[in-house]
Amino acid sequence: MSIYAVALDQPGRAVVLTGNEAVARGAIEAGVAFAACYPGSPTAEVLPTLAQLGDRFNIYTEFSTNEKVAIEGAAAASFAGLRSLTICKADGFNVALDFATAVCLSGTKGGMVIMVGDDPNAHSSVKEEDSRFLARTANLPVLEPATVAEAKEVTRAAFELSEKIMLPVVVRCTTRICHASGDVKLGPLPPVEKQAALSRDQRYVTSTLFAQFMKGKVKTAAALAEDSPFNYYTGPDNAERIVIACGPSCAYALEAIEILGLGDSVGLLKISTTWPLPENLLLKHLKGAREVVFAEEVDSFLEDGVMTIAAKHWDEVGPVKFYGKNTGHMAGPRGAFVGELDPDTVTSCLSKIFSVPYDPPALPNAREARELVNYSMPSRELALCAGCPHRASFWAIKMAVELDGRNAIVLGDIGCYTLGLMRTGYNILQSVHCMGAGVGIACGLGKLDRFNFRQPVITVVGDSTFFHAVPQALINARYNQSDILCVILDNETTAMTGHQPHPGRGVSASGQPAGKVEIEPLLAGMGIPVTVHDPYDVEGTVGVIHRLLRESGPRALVLRRACALVAVKGRKKDRVYVNQEKCIGDDCGCARFCSRVFACPANIWDSRLGKARIDEAVCNGCGVCASLCPQRAIIVERTV
Amino acid sequence: MGEFREPLNVIVTGVGGQGNVLASQVLAAAAVEAGYRVSIGETFGASQRGGSVMSHVRISRDRTYGPLIPRGRAHLIVGFEPLETLRILMDYGNPETVVVMNDRPNYPIGCLLGEEKYPDPHLIVEAVNRLAAKNHVLPATELAKEAGNSMAANMVMTGALSGSGLLPFGGDRFTGVIETLFSGEVRDLNMRAFQKGTEAVQAAGTAR
Repeated sequence: MSIYAVALDQPGRAVVLTGNEAVARGAIEAGVAFAACYPGSPTAEVLPTLAQLGDRFNIYTEFSTNEKVAIEGAAAASFAGLRSLTICKADGFNVALDFATAVCLSGTKGGMVIMVGDDPNAHSSVKEEDSRFLARTANLPVLEPATVAEAKEVTRAAFELSEKIMLPVVVRCTTRICHASGDVKLGPLPPVEKQAALSRDQRYVTSTLFAQFMKGKVKTAAALAEDSPFNYYTGPDNAERIVIACGPSCAYALEAIEILGLGDSVGLLKISTTWPLPENLLLKHLKGAREVVFAEEVDSFLEDGVMTIAAKHWDEVGPVKFYGKNTGHMAGPRGAFVGELDPDTVTSCLSKIFSVPYDPPALPNAREARELVNYSMPSRELALCAGCPHRASFWAIKMAVELDGRNAIVLGDIGCYTLGLMRTGYNILQSVHCMGAGVGIACGLGKLDRFNFRQPVITVVGDSTFFHAVPQALINARYNQSDILCVILDNETTAMTGHQPHPGRGVSASGQPAGKVEIEPLLAGMGIPVTVHDPYDVEGTVGVIHRLLRESGPRALVLRRACALVAVKGRKKDRVYVNQEKCIGDDCGCARFCSRVFACPANIWDSRLGKARIDEAVCNGCGVCASLCPQRAIIVERTV
Repeated sequence: MGEFREPLNVIVTGVGGQGNVLASQVLAAAAVEAGYRVSIGETFGASQRGGSVMSHVRISRDRTYGPLIPRGRAHLIVGFEPLETLRILMDYGNPETVVVMNDRPNYPIGCLLGEEKYPDPHLIVEAVNRLAAKNHVLPATELAKEAGNSMAANMVMTGALSGSGLLPFGGDRFTGVIETLFSGEVRDLNMRAFQKGTEAVQAAGTAR
């Protein structure tokens, strides 16, 4: 909830922390010295928490340009004997994976933890991915906390395990841990003195021969998992029906068992060490079981692992029926591999599997209430914020593409500007995959002229994405002379994940002055011509894009304007209003352009007067709508 | 003090930007100070300005519950916005659910554009009245303005929740948390807003 609670030196006191804060506190209690990340939801708040406490607890923190650089920095600190942490989301772990699959061979020294946030239901992601498969590919043990309180304890334990086996350890949290909150009992704080040392005779290299040592370390982790305090069974002795669960699904399953009144016959085996698995512990419970249900999120990782153990020991285990994602029995309304679990889903699945009736509580008068409001329950769709410079940029691109008339392709990727897929961004984007992917795809499309592909290719990237993943693709565009226009939507921050700084800002994670990397000279060094324009000047921007579309080779356009949410902070906003005399409503023929077409949330339609209006509480004062109104009825009063 | 259910399931709901995440955190911290265990589940992600947001707060004597309340099992719904209150009540309420709600609508973009119709707010209140065991309606946004800033409506609502007598601990637990979390002007504003909410819900005639 607050930095205050994370920093408290009161061992034994219970405080409310978010899952991300609990991980940060766990790392502090473990004496972490180095933390690096590229921000990604649901784990974006861990590093800023540590950065604010860096001076107090002697922790170096950085936002790295991407997850691969971050994990390498964390490994460096570990080689020097320090405890280190790197934090990413599942998508970020993909970027770090190349190094992860190598560092498992070289080994590490100081405890090194990789916190990965998976996002079941893709609350703030473009896909659901199960990072546990990646950890297994990299031979790195996985620990999964089931509650916020356990997130702190598991993080601490992960540092210890890492030091014991000299491998990084993955702490896999899901959104319902990261963004959940709960009471956490604070532990003692370690001394702040930390010493780095790397002697000339320490070597960290990979060799195929080291694979046997690495596998030995994983075996040790499996042996230690047998006695992990984070794995335990609750329920009747020798239950023939058990649920094996990990993460927040443990609590859902326990509650479901209670709701269904199955407490006397169904047990819950909670597993935190989801890789490598504790084989003996699982065997002990599998031997007595006849029906086993798996409750886990994203993919069937635990399920596959346990079934492999059961197959290996089939003669001891005997006939068991398994129910999980693979069998389609543990599935929400959209199927086993879409969305997250919740207590209702687990309850209804268990009720079907164990043939126990379940009637969820219902409101007797719901129908009547619905009738009362005329069945009108308008939903709230996602929209770019009022004054968002991306809205102006997307509008200008849309106009320029129409003027150009050659059906230009528009590609995108990850950031606030992903909303360019939706109505709020005029449905302009035709591709979204991962950080920087639009530029690589553009490179490919830009070379298809020999196959009679003549449409211009535009790719949009954000400024933070630019530093994360774009230079390599642009170097490729220059080298191979691909015909692309890369539009950099520079809002001077990493807006989507909560306004973290990046290399273009010249500000560090802890808010201190830092080295600044300018986009234009970087592009110039690549030999890519660059134009800079303010997207709030929509007409000018349309002209620039229209011109650039007619040029050939790789070229770049920086549309620079600060994120509207940052720009208005601590500043008096310009007042924008509609001159009710000038606005002629539906007689205009503009089809309610400002509210219905341009669709900024501050532009509203007054049905009573039949005229446009500005919601001054929502408006951020950008004035773009004023420049687009055909009657010039929208007035901007600049504050001095 | 309210009769205690184990666990006590509270949903705080509203629209992104209304400060309901902070309200749920203050509620949870007050419960922990009073010796309870808490779990909060948030729906972030779509919490950009204008999206529906809700926080599930589960208060227990001795156990850590999962972060999500099963459907139909909310004891208390604190609604910062009428339409969201009704929406959540339909999904998570039961005939014994008690509601504390702000009467001030926040219109979805589809309604602002004139494409969809927001139901008559009085009908929403009427619908909530019919569904819930009890409904405390208050002009939280107006009271927050009186306290100094409409943004403090979340603390008015928190004060109303505390004053409703539905929680197993008193207002002093909340004020203690507000004292710790905020300082200066903001603390004074939040404290005034909290008191206004408590008084409003306790005054005769506000409760049905």
